[in-house]
Amino acid sequence: MLRFLWLVVALPFASATVLALFGSRLGRRLVAFIGAGSIGLAAMVSILIGFSFLSSPPPNNSYTQHLWTWMSTGTFQPEIALYLDPVSLLMLLVITFVSFLIHLYSAEYMQDDEGYARFFAYMNLFVASMLTLILANNLLLLYLGWEGVGLCSFLLIGFWYQEPANVRAAGKAFIVTRFGDTAFAIGLFLLFTKLGTLDIQELMHRASEQWIVGSGVAVAATALLLGGAVGKSAQLPLQTWLPDAMAGPTPTSALIHAATMVTAGVYLIARTHVLFTLAPSIQFTVAIIGAVTMLLAAFSALAQRDMKRVLAYSTISQIGYMFLALGLGAWSAAMFHFMTHAFFKALLFLAAGVVIHAIHEQDLFKMGGLRTELRLAFWSFVIGGSALAGLPLITAGFFSKDLILWQSWAGPNGNIWFWIAGMTGALLTSLYTFRMISLAFYGHQQTHVHAHSGMPVRIALITLCVLSVLGGYVDTPPDYGGVPALSNFLSSVLPPLSVVHPGPITETITALSASTVFALGLALAYLLFGPQRVRVPMKGFLQELWFAGWGFDWLYDKLFVRPFLWVTRKSSKDLADAPIRRLGEIAMLGNRALRYTQTGRVRWYAAGLAMGTVAILAVAFLLR
Amino acid sequence: MFTLGLAGLITRRNLIFTLMSIEIMLNASGLAFIAAGSRWGQPDGQIMFLFIITMAAAEVAIGLAFVLLFHRKQSELDVDAASELRG
Amino acid sequence: MATLFYLAGVLAIIATLLAITRRHAVHALLYLIVSLLAVAVDFYTLGAPFVAALEIMIYAGAIMVLFVFVVMMLNVAEHAMEVERYSLKPSNWFGPALLAFVLLGELVYCTMTSSSAPRAATVGPKQVGTALFGNYWIGVELASLLLTAGLVGAYHLGRQAFAKEETKHAADTNTARHHTGGDLVHAGAGRTDHAA
Repeated sequence: MLRFLWLVVALPFASATVLALFGSRLGRRLVAFIGAGSIGLAAMVSILIGFSFLSSPPPNNSYTQHLWTWMSTGTFQPEIALYLDPVSLLMLLVITFVSFLIHLYSAEYMQDDEGYARFFAYMNLFVASMLTLILANNLLLLYLGWEGVGLCSFLLIGFWYQEPANVRAAGKAFIVTRFGDTAFAIGLFLLFTKLGTLDIQELMHRASEQWIVGSGVAVAATALLLGGAVGKSAQLPLQTWLPDAMAGPTPTSALIHAATMVTAGVYLIARTHVLFTLAPSIQFTVAIIGAVTMLLAAFSALAQRDMKRVLAYSTISQIGYMFLALGLGAWSAAMFHFMTHAFFKALLFLAAGVVIHAIHEQDLFKMGGLRTELRLAFWSFVIGGSALAGLPLITAGFFSKDLILWQSWAGPNGNIWFWIAGMTGALLTSLYTFRMISLAFYGHQQTHVHAHSGMPVRIALITLCVLSVLGGYVDTPPDYGGVPALSNFLSSVLPPLSVVHPGPITETITALSASTVFALGLALAYLLFGPQRVRVPMKGFLQELWFAGWGFDWLYDKLFVRPFLWVTRKSSKDLADAPIRRLGEIAMLGNRALRYTQTGRVRWYAAGLAMGTVAILAVAFLLR
Repeated sequence: MFTLGLAGLITRRNLIFTLMSIEIMLNASGLAFIAAGSRWGQPDGQIMFLFIITMAAAEVAIGLAFVLLFHRKQSELDVDAASELRG
Repeated sequence: MATLFYLAGVLAIIATLLAITRRHAVHALLYLIVSLLAVAVDFYTLGAPFVAALEIMIYAGAIMVLFVFVVMMLNVAEHAMEVERYSLKPSNWFGPALLAFVLLGELVYCTMTSSSAPRAATVGPKQVGTALFGNYWIGVELASLLLTAGLVGAYHLGRQAFAKEETKHAADTNTARHHTGGDLVHAGAGRTDHAA
């Protein structure tokens, strides 16, 4: 069964090609069938592969499928090869299944759109690239997938390209992640130069043999890889593109900017974790970045008016949690949180899509009282939001976040400050989530509901609701009688975290604190934004600051954009330009001069002929 | 005579005169041919002139039909009025 | 013989000069006919009686007559007189005259290199005919093609003009007949009716 691994990548690629070439000629149903069906097939194949892997694990708990040698230049022979181990299997299952649900949802959601086939082509291409990314066995192929998802993100954010703002948002996303991608590429060069291979497993093996912990080359390489991860996952300092990326269609936001692409950075770090353990300073930086971003984004989410922007900042914040976990060495905790986050964030985005589609409005302060009419959306929000905020024991988010929080104290890099930051983040998460739900679904209804959802949308939403509730049970802490099944599963690849500080903050205390914080957030939200209060947006300096995402856009504009534009302006009239422009000007002058000979009058032309004859004869005589 | 015809062609604005000047030029060149043929005592010059006359006749036929059309359009025969192919 | 040649030549030149400087079209055409006749005499003195006759018959007799027909039909002379009145100033002639002189000088220089007295050997029609249907018969065929083309073209172009004239005339019958300037175009209407 495992040898069908290539199908998982090939199916979306094929369907993307078919839709790109012929999509405009096929009917809606066929396009949806091909688009969503290919992902569905990939999901089924993934599930079968998963069963096969779990029931009879291949030797060394990993399986490599060599497809062909990509290029062969002397000592460098990267291959197109797919690598399956517990980590990539987990990602494979989550990505294919969630993508399938989102595609199903889009089949109905996007049905009024003119670019229906184009949308599915892009989405399928995206899924194919993402799967290439996670299944790649060498960093070059991973980079290919990396670029591919960046491209599809650009295409999908600017899907409604007639609107200039959307195009700008797409460009911004691409350019900001480009910074990261460049760092990543340089990191690849460095790794290849120093270690002679880009095959991931081989790389880590050689690095652990040849590099000293904390050596300059390890620090440099991992710092560059971190740069790439930061760009793709929208962490500090490259987080500015994600809120604006909400200009794309909601299924895109659900798929790319919540469940999959933004977690590529997390996957990268988890994959190359050996390198990061060899550079503890960088690993610590990862944790710092994660914690700081988590808090910054959570504050910003509190002050947003647009529903999707709240969710965007929330995504940034949750990925901050994942980075924090990675920085602490809690690799499997990060992967666990990735899984649960994929479920509930996708759920939230899809439900937001339903709301937006129904009332054609995205501003929270223009919504209200929707819980009676949009019941499915309401319950989706409640379940997804609770998972996000960490409702104790019955939501998936609780378990994953809890694991991270506990390990932020207990692990070798653990620290009370990380724990406090994590708790604060959880409080803010709870606060902004219930603020959003309250503003949208409670209170006085201001908008009119235009449309209700059909079957595909309902199926997708309900499935995700179930997963958001049950998904957490795969890894429950042993402290209160659970089985950390997922961590055990991943332990062959991602070593579990050793517990350094078992007390005074135990797992149980962490869980209790997290629950308290959840309740506190809920209560505050009720007090501040509840249905009985007057709904006006807050004013004041903090509100403005948080609304603008802590002013990063302004900062980057002053720091990078203005100087760059100044330089281009100055150099547009430089010395190398002048001769070329002169040539053009001379040609224009010549044109203007010669125009006078084209009078259109026959007599003038006859005279011209005569003059020419005179001249030629004169020359002939002179030369005799 | 050729040069006279040429001068006439350049100067006159009336279309009839343009055609006339062309005839003058053709005639002049024919004269040159005859003279050359006479010089060497061969009939070739006269034959050439025959062809020239034939061509002139055909050209005049078309040219005058053209003059007719021009007149219908402009109701005067100023050749400068037909300068729509100006650059 | 030689004097006759030079005399006829001078006559031709003067007549041509007068032809191109006249304002009235018919005057110019008449001067041109004179010029053509003088050239015919020149041909005769050069020993080409056949083409002399041809010149008179075809050139002066047919082509010029055709010119005169058209001029009279369109009554060009009257209208054109105003136009030419101010465009035929001596100053207008200066440039072309200069050009013509320079060209003339060059052509004369060209032909002066090998000049000799014109021989009076007569090349008779029989010789011309033999050469025409011997060496140059393809030219004859092509000339006939050319003439056919000219015929068809002239017919086609003239036909359209004809149709236009008829529709124009039909439209004009509803408007006032008393067109300004003694418009002889409508006098030509009688002609078109007659021809149709």
